[in-house]
Amino acid sequence: MGQTVFEPWNDPDAKPLIQFKNVTKRFGDFVAIDNQSFDIYEQEFFALLGPSGCGKTTMMRMLAGFETPTEGTILLGGQDIAPIPPNKRAVNMMFQSYALFPHLSIWENIAFGLKRDNMPKDKIDARVAEMLKLTRLEQFAKRKPHQCSGGQRQRVALARSLAKAPKLLLLDEPLGALDAKLRQDTQFELMDIQEKTGTTFVIVTHDQEEAMTVASRVAVMDHGKIIQADTPARIYEMPNSAYVADFIGDVTIISGTATPAGDGYDIAFAEGQPILHAKSDIQLAKAQSCHLAIRPEKVAITAEKPADAANALQGKILDIAYLGNLSTYHVELANGQVVKSQTANTRRLSRRSFTWEDEVWLSWTDTAGVLLKE
Amino acid sequence: MRRAALIIIPYFWLLALFLVPFLIVLKISLSDTALAIPPYTPTLDFSNGWQGIKDFWAALDLENFEFLTTDDLYWKAYLSSLKIAVIATFLTLLVGYPIAYGMANAPDHWRPTLMMLVILPFWTSFLIRVYSWMGILSNEGYLNQLLMGMGVISEPLTILNTNTAVYIGIVYTYLPFMILPIYSALERLDASLLEAAEDLGCSRLTAFWLVTVPLSKNGIIAGCFLVFIPTLGEFVIPSLLGGSKTLMIGKVLWEEFFNNRDWPVASAVAVILLLILIIPIILFQRNEQKQREADG
Repeated sequence: MGQTVFEPWNDPDAKPLIQFKNVTKRFGDFVAIDNQSFDIYEQEFFALLGPSGCGKTTMMRMLAGFETPTEGTILLGGQDIAPIPPNKRAVNMMFQSYALFPHLSIWENIAFGLKRDNMPKDKIDARVAEMLKLTRLEQFAKRKPHQCSGGQRQRVALARSLAKAPKLLLLDEPLGALDAKLRQDTQFELMDIQEKTGTTFVIVTHDQEEAMTVASRVAVMDHGKIIQADTPARIYEMPNSAYVADFIGDVTIISGTATPAGDGYDIAFAEGQPILHAKSDIQLAKAQSCHLAIRPEKVAITAEKPADAANALQGKILDIAYLGNLSTYHVELANGQVVKSQTANTRRLSRRSFTWEDEVWLSWTDTAGVLLKE
Repeated sequence: MRRAALIIIPYFWLLALFLVPFLIVLKISLSDTALAIPPYTPTLDFSNGWQGIKDFWAALDLENFEFLTTDDLYWKAYLSSLKIAVIATFLTLLVGYPIAYGMANAPDHWRPTLMMLVILPFWTSFLIRVYSWMGILSNEGYLNQLLMGMGVISEPLTILNTNTAVYIGIVYTYLPFMILPIYSALERLDASLLEAAEDLGCSRLTAFWLVTVPLSKNGIIAGCFLVFIPTLGEFVIPSLLGGSKTLMIGKVLWEEFFNNRDWPVASAVAVILLLILIIPIILFQRNEQKQREADG
């Protein structure tokens, strides 16, 4: 029994829930969002990822209604939302600080939005009970926020923002205040709740691992622009720029000049170093400068020169990072270039094959690296 | 040991500056008036030894407290003081809250200046400031001149020597005590709470009533007590700005002491006033305690 793949962005007939059309936002002279157009589809879990100050929070605040675009329009279900104030939008937000009302109990916090809609009392009771159950907070209904742990507060904030059954839920760094272990558990919980409720989620985060885990699509932002918006796998394996390759995960970027050869290119990157080979669809002129991005786990490390590797380089181990499940080796080539290689520590207490200052060979196939234009 | 020493210091001051004077006043209130220096009997005389103390103890009685219940001037003065203090506190809150709100929402670089402006009047003598209100409120005062000059009124308004002038004086004098605690509560208010309220469907006004007001409750309560407690026993403002009809217990107390030279009755009035004040002070302390628990 095959499950249909959820990728409405590849379906030309799919109607997007949210459309940004040439949206620009300026604060004085500062351009926070620079002429951006993109779509978010129903039931998506869309992540806006980028360093602080890249404009991701501004993007979210425009959706919530706390900021209005300087130019361009934002459509929600085909309707321009610019004239609709935040309290009338079918959009709810989970705040980074959670913004729970300290003078109200957990129950009253969750019921707050429902009461504003003048919902009958019995319906409010039922809805709050449903939300408490969804977030596993039943025993805490009577507590005040300051009597709850960080993880519980996070769940209250989620329950409160979901209570009104919004078309779109915005999450501003929702897990930022939690410790690493709790954050991992909560990520899966978030995905579960998103699936159960079928709500469209837009999450803002600077944590790439978090974005990759939860999101159906990730938009990598920098300086007010979306550099690449795609599925986590494509963002990781097929970054469209050195910026994205570098921002997501660990990578070695080798800069050189390309010469077409067969169905790929030969890349010369330094005097005295062998020519590298990479298959690629991109169009490069002869001697055009380019970057080759290689993920460390795709680089093999051996003592002897491998016989039939497409690319093989010799170097000296500079650093070893032991991460428990993995070890990352930083290998310095003769020209000073550092290339990272990662191996899985599949055997407990195995003999460490390599140590500092060892001369080793690095090798990878011609499809392992991604060739990027300057 | 060091902890005990630290605790002893405030208790010592409380004993020396509050409890001992209070016991002296209590003692005088139980004495009888006399043409002597000091103007009451008995006085404690240790030279007669144990017998002297016994005689002294036997001479004390509750006569003066009984006297307070026979003359309705006193309970009327207490009631009138309470009424004036309650109304004045409410008026101060009405004036002070918007000022505190404006200060808390002002741009950061303006706040120290605004704070300075609120505290600035304290740099002039309280008495001079109350006197200057006489110049403003009198029939020939600046206010009447201004209103008549603008043609709003043809006859001067009689404000000075009425309760209105007392209210104006109290609101003016105690306004900073109302503003500062409310400001400190509002300043700590997280702006994202208001955004969250709006996000959940509140208008700006409902968000104010449902979030801002409850979260500044402790500031409001603190400000109200800081105004109410000194206003209840206020003497200077009613005697300078109020008229013959303004009846306040502070004034009665002063007249007993200095016009009638009846120290024992005056002390009895003071003891009752203190008992009335202790109730709101206890309530105030309990509120502070609750707030600390909530914060902790």
